[in-house]
Amino acid sequence: MIWEIFRRERKGQPFEHAGSIAAPDAAFAESWAREQYGRRGESAALWLVPRDAIHIVDDWADEFELKYRRVDGYSIKARLKEARERAAARAR
Amino acid sequence: MNELLLGLADDELLIGWRDSEWTGIAPVLEEDVAFSSIAQNEIGHARAVYELLTDDADALAFDRPLDEYRCAPLVELRLLDWARTIARRWLYEVADEIRIAALMEDADARVAGLAAKIDREEAYHRMHAEMWRERLAGVPQFQAAVEELWPYALGVLPPPHREAFAARTGRAQVDAIERDMHTGELAELWNEMTLVRRSEPAGAQW
Repeated sequence: MIWEIFRRERKGQPFEHAGSIAAPDAAFAESWAREQYGRRGESAALWLVPRDAIHIVDDWADEFELKYRRVDGYSIKARLKEARERAAARAR
Repeated sequence: MNELLLGLADDELLIGWRDSEWTGIAPVLEEDVAFSSIAQNEIGHARAVYELLTDDADALAFDRPLDEYRCAPLVELRLLDWARTIARRWLYEVADEIRIAALMEDADARVAGLAAKIDREEAYHRMHAEMWRERLAGVPQFQAAVEELWPYALGVLPPPHREAFAARTGRAQVDAIERDMHTGELAELWNEMTLVRRSEPAGAQW
């Protein structure tokens, strides 16, 4: 059984994937993860998740290339510059 | 010198040393990391206890003649067999829990404080030992190993604690293999353990 291990470095920080462990049950996974991902004090907390419990989404259809919906769809740099200039002009 | 504390420190040093013999060859990679880490913790406990007894922990740990070691024969054995190694780990952890609990009540605050600190780390060792015991409980080699090592394990604790130990492990009290003797396996280990320091002139800096 494969367990995916997520590690939080400090309280308040997000959990990040640290690696995986092959362990027969939760007790073994915990014991091994404690030593593997915690013995140097590098983790404030761990999440141990059976790989089978993870619902994976990794297929994306974008047949019509709707670029404007993407984060990198278009640049606002020019418009931002314009807005700043307008604001500066108003302040003058 | 406090013989009880010296025995505890020697036990921790020796079991740490013996368990570290699995580094690189444990049955699974994850266990290799965990087992080595636990072995290292035990040696850390030994250091802390030696430091209660002396200003020079290294000298106390490594510069003594063989017959001045106070370790229990249980921890001297070279057990490169997983069932026997786990049987020893489990028996040792149960014994250690009883011993450390008693030291947490010690009149000397330094001893009680250190015992509490050790106990917080041992909690994870116990968890590790217990999960392996559950896993191997039905395996004949493991049962035979527990049977074989039980008289040695009893020798880890002074007589007043043995009844509790027997009750915790569900076993009957038998003649213990006492701390006042050493097994033949200690000599070889002592030789290995002290080799580096013996090869350097006194006062060498590390």
